[in-house]
Formats: sequence, C-alpha cells, structure tokens
Amino acid sequence: MSYDDVLDRYEPVLGLETHVELGTATKLFCGCSTVFGGEPNSQVCPVCLGLPGSLPVTNRAAIEFTIKIGLALHCDIAEWCRFARKNYFYPDMPKDYQVSQYDEPLCTDGYLDVALDGRTYRVEIERVHLEEDTGKTLHVGGDTGRIHGANHSLVDYNRAGIPLVEIVTRPIRGTGKHAAAVAKAYVSELRDVLRDLGVSDVRMEQGSLRADVNVSLMPPDADQLGTRTETKNVNSLRSVERAVRHEVERQAGVLDAGGRVVQETRHFHEDSGTTSPGRSKEEAQDYRYFPEPDLVPLAPPRELVEELRASLPEPPSVRRARFAETHGYTAVDMDQMTNAGVVDLVEATIDAGAPAAKAKGWWLGYLVGRAGELGLEVAELAITPAGVARISALEDEGSLTNKLARQVADAVLAGEGDVDAVIDAHGWRVAGEDELVAAVDAAIADAPDIAAKIREGNQGAVGPLVGAIMKATGGSADAKRARELILERLS
Amino acid sequence: MKRSQQCGHDTSSRAERTLATLAVVAAISRADVAHLASLARISMTDAELDVMAGQLDVILGAVGRVQEVAAADIPPTSHPLPLTNVFRDDVPAPSLAPDEALAAAPIAEGQRFRVPRILDEE
Repeated sequence: MSYDDVLDRYEPVLGLETHVELGTATKLFCGCSTVFGGEPNSQVCPVCLGLPGSLPVTNRAAIEFTIKIGLALHCDIAEWCRFARKNYFYPDMPKDYQVSQYDEPLCTDGYLDVALDGRTYRVEIERVHLEEDTGKTLHVGGDTGRIHGANHSLVDYNRAGIPLVEIVTRPIRGTGKHAAAVAKAYVSELRDVLRDLGVSDVRMEQGSLRADVNVSLMPPDADQLGTRTETKNVNSLRSVERAVRHEVERQAGVLDAGGRVVQETRHFHEDSGTTSPGRSKEEAQDYRYFPEPDLVPLAPPRELVEELRASLPEPPSVRRARFAETHGYTAVDMDQMTNAGVVDLVEATIDAGAPAAKAKGWWLGYLVGRAGELGLEVAELAITPAGVARISALEDEGSLTNKLARQVADAVLAGEGDVDAVIDAHGWRVAGEDELVAAVDAAIADAPDIAAKIREGNQGAVGPLVGAIMKATGGSADAKRARELILERLS
Repeated sequence: MKRSQQCGHDTSSRAERTLATLAVVAAISRADVAHLASLARISMTDAELDVMAGQLDVILGAVGRVQEVAAADIPPTSHPLPLTNVFRDDVPAPSLAPDEALAAAPIAEGQRFRVPRILDEE
C-alpha cells in the first residue's frame, strides 16, 4: 500500500522533538571543552562525572543561546524557572540522573512558519528547554557474543554535560499528503534559523542536530488523535522524510488489518528506510523529576531578554526574500531552492562570481540530482560553490562545452581534485578550430549519403554528423560551431 | 518573587502537584518498592521487599510531617538560599587526564568506562 493511498483514507498527525547541541566552548555546568572528536574521556571533570562533592555552575552563554532560540521561534521567555533532575538508571549519565527542565521550560508557546510548494504551514512550538547531553555508549559483544554474559558496554563521557536544547512542537495537523515533506521542511527551516543565530553548528551527521519524529494516523471521522509512535534520533533531513513515510505506511497496515498501533519508541534504519521497536518508554513519573537542589533558579532579567531580542539576525525567510529580489528569482525558484536545501550554496556560488541563473541551474538542475544518486545531502557533495562558479565561468568563456562541464563536475564529485586539477589531469578542453574542422571534414567524408541529404536542404540530417564529431573528439567539440561548419561546407 | 510571576503554564497546580507527590510517596507500598527496584535493575527477594517497604515507609512518613506545617502560602523549597542567576563565563577550564578520570572506574577498557550491558538493543 502506497503512502498516497494511505493518506486518502487517514489524516496524518506529526510531532517533532528536535535536539540541538549548543556551540558553547564549554559544557553546561562545568568548564570542560565541547570540541568534537577528542580522545575518549579526555573532556571530563568531577562535575560532569558526578563525583561526590562537586557542584555544577550554569554556563551563562548556554542560557543566552537558549533564550535567543526561544525568541527566534516567537516564544515567551520565562521570568523564573528551574532545572529538574530526571532520574533514571542507564550508564550514559554517570550521576544516575540528567539535569533537564520539566514543568518549567525556559521558553514556551512559539511558532515557526514553513513554506512548501507555495503554501505556508505554521508549526506551533510548545516548548524550548535546556538540558545536558548524555555520554556515548559503545556496545561490545551483542549479536556475535559467544560467551553468555560477555556482552558489555563502554562509555565515553566527553559528550555528557554538553548543553542540549530540545525544541518540541505541538501536534501538527492539516498537512495531508505533504506530511513527510512538511516534517523535512520544518527541520530544514529550523536548522537554518539555528545556523543563522550562531548557536550551533547544526551538523546532523555529527549528531549536533537530531530529530525524534512522532507520527499518528486518524480516520477522517475520528474526533481524537490516534496512537503515536516516536522514532528516535533521525539524523538527516532525508531520513526525517523517509521515517514519516515509513511510519504512515506501517501504521496504516496495522489499522487496516484491524490491529492497534502500539505507543512505543522506534529506531530508524538508514539502510532500509524502515523503523523497528525500541525499548519501551518508561512512564514520565518513573523519572521522578524534582527541582535540581544543586542549582539556583533562573530569572532572566527583562533587559537581557530585550537585548537578546534586538541582537537577533534577520530570519532566514526574510533573508531569502531579499536574496530573491536582488537576484531576480521568482517565488517558484525560491521554493525549489529552499526545499532542495541549496539557497546558501547558490548564494555562495553567486558570491564566487557566477551569474544568478547559472548558479541556480547548476545546483538545482544537476547537482541536487547527483546528490540523490550518491545518497548524500547536497551540502555534503565534494564540490564547493567556488568550484561550481569556476566551471560556470569556463563554460561561459567557451573553454568547456556543457557536456564537458558536467564531466568536470562529476570528476570533482568523485574526489579527483579541484576543477582546474581535474581539467589538467584529463586534458579536457574544447577542441580548437583546426581540430574541429578536421573532425567535420572526416565526418562528412565518412557519411556521403547523409552529406547528400544535407546538400538537398534536409537540415534534420545534421544531427547524426554532429554526433559523429562529438564522438570523434571525445565530447570536446563545441556542438554549435560544428553545426555551423557542416552547413558552411554543405550549402 | 511572587509565585504569579513564575514561569510555566500552570504555576498554581505545580505546588499542588508537589504536595500530592509527597502524599503519595509518604505512603510507599511494597509494589512501589518492587517497581523502583526493577527500574534500578536491583533484584530483591520477597523478604527484602517487605523489610525495605516497611523501612522506607517510616522514613518517608517522617519527612511527610513537613506537610503538617506547610501552609498553603509557603511554596515548596527547592534551594536553601534566596539566590537566582548564578552563572559562570563560557571559558574552558582544564579537564582531568583520562587516567585520572578512569581511576575510580571498576573496570576500564579502551580508555572508556566498562559497564554491564543493560538493554538488549541499540
């Protein structure tokens, strides 16, 4: 049963919980560095290891970053609130609890507008709260465990205590068949907002931005929401979309067969695009939240909140509108570029000297498709905006044909080097006039019957000759000039 | 700070909830103890559960007496000092060396803390 068929019969309801690691220099409650990729347990101290006698002190920058996120999402900023202990027994936190926020989040009641295919979806934000990230657990043994009891885990606490902001939406309704695309567009827009705020490097592949995707289905005549599932730690925009599609199809299968959807946590599998059940979610009261006694309450002064509000950058949607006007892009162009995630890349390509139409054409008309074939995010491609601008310039000055230009791009994508290195290595350049004339004469001599037709005025016969010339020159001939030369000779 | 200025959606119900939690906790049942033990992955015999439930009930009963003096206009105390906004600047400080960090680990392996595997998946 296909996704579209399902959504003829059910209304999908989405909810997204997005976690973003803040880009502070130090952890939330201690001075340990937050740099990614350090040796295991080299960025830990008595506070983040939860050793007896240590006392946490809150990082001012983490509070300010969280307030900025709340303001950018049009939230109310609490005048007074506290951290809470979330108690649980799992070794990814050495303290047996995580410092989080419970019923007193720092920011509440906001929204983010998401544009998709000419429509704007207002996604309501329930809360934005601050907590500490957990350590990284490496499981050893597992499937191959030969000795009973040999399975164990190894924990690195470098990540434990890094400030983590959780952004929770209210249930998102009314998206219909666009549910999966809206989910992706929301995370993408949120990523742009966070990047522009400078509060995080928002790198999904490194886990500094990760989404939990809630999905449920409602029959059209139902008056209450269906049972939802929560797919955890979805780590790319493409996966957000795939996870929604898969859960929609899976849940419809369960409901259509007369079954009931089980409320549960599920894991997403990148390779198959499917989800599977995870550990059963402990009930909220099992966490026995209580106000963190080691930390004093937060009471952000209103002057600080207004100062931070005044410091907010232009929202990405406004920036995009200005960008469109400057470069003459239409609303449709902008929608396509936004949804493909290439606005910043196109802008950087223009900044590197490419004309606006060319910059858009390269990314949207070629590189997005190549990224899809390679299974990559477009921003992960091994070609830079400057590289694209260089290829575009060589094409414009006639040094590369369109076909050669794409070959050059492909070679750069394959990691062969930068644009000029690739061209030098392959000897790719447009055939010179002498070489072209020789190829034209040879092609005419090889196909006297076609030549005769052209002499009789049949211009449609030119194509096969041009094809032969392109083949003879390894694609380096300028097709337009070849055509002119053929017609000169055979008129 | 007046409670009406506090954050969150429903500040009035928070105090009620906290009191309700105390009331529930003050009468801890054997089933509550068994549930907590299973969350903590501590295996306890029936005899141990009986003893522990009784002892915890006495302790929580003593703590629960606070409710008798807590008037409706006294908010639950979460911190003994009347302070807010104690912050530090975002400036890195030295961490422990990994061998120091791991010194108290029952077992270390590959410069990581080695722990029993708790959940079957992930």
